[in-house]
Amino acid sequence: MSAVNAGQLERGSTSTVEAPIQEKETRGEEELDVPWQVVVHNDPVNLMTYVTMVFQRVFGYPREKAERHMLEVHQKGRSILWSGVREPAEFYVQQLHGYLLLATLEKVV
Amino acid sequence: MEICRQDDALQISDLDPFLAELLRQIPESTNPDGAPAAEARLFSQPSAEKKIRAEWKSYVEPELRRLFRSATETVADDLTQLNGNEKSLSNCILHIPIAHADAWLNTLNQARLVIAAKYKFSDEELNDHDRSPIGSRRDLGLFQVNFYGFLQEFILREISG
Repeated sequence: MSAVNAGQLERGSTSTVEAPIQEKETRGEEELDVPWQVVVHNDPVNLMTYVTMVFQRVFGYPREKAERHMLEVHQKGRSILWSGVREPAEFYVQQLHGYLLLATLEKVV
Repeated sequence: MEICRQDDALQISDLDPFLAELLRQIPESTNPDGAPAAEARLFSQPSAEKKIRAEWKSYVEPELRRLFRSATETVADDLTQLNGNEKSLSNCILHIPIAHADAWLNTLNQARLVIAAKYKFSDEELNDHDRSPIGSRRDLGLFQVNFYGFLQEFILREISG
């Protein structure tokens, strides 16, 4: 925050309002358009009930759907939990890591 | 040891000194220092892409460290109830407020993952819940993983109604 100069006020000077700084978009449009998927990988330590609870909380899935994904992870080694644009996919992976699940972000090929 | 729900808390009572000691070891067990495999498991790679991994290390990993540390501190505070004379443990009751349930789930998970990574337990070992007796530090580690898993199951059952 900048302080207003009293002298400026007295003189009634005008100042030009600086245009807000715009951050440069570092990701190309093409990159943002590529669909990404959130993949959860099997882990022999995490409890099945815990993994189900995490899927319900993070993705808002009903219990049956969360259990289906949990079983897919357990039996096939991985399950695609979500796919879409990159930012929410990153956010989901971050949440899953917060719950200590093995999760990755993958480009849909 | 008895474990039950009491109003807005989970209550662990009739603790023998051995299990009380395992409970006290929960916060310490989350420390991956000196075990790169444990550190790698707690902070697993988010992607095969180098750029994403670099960004993750700079921006997300510090957040995760804060989250894990905060959960562990909550559990450590709750466990101060167990400080004191060992002989009085049979009368000692550990109250875990339901509001701390998520912190306990997270910390127990950290501890289980770190111990499992340190001892490189196989799937077979982790699924052998009847293994006994405890004859080595490694056996004790496996017992810890199972005991902490039992606590997680109980907490999950109570919070999911």
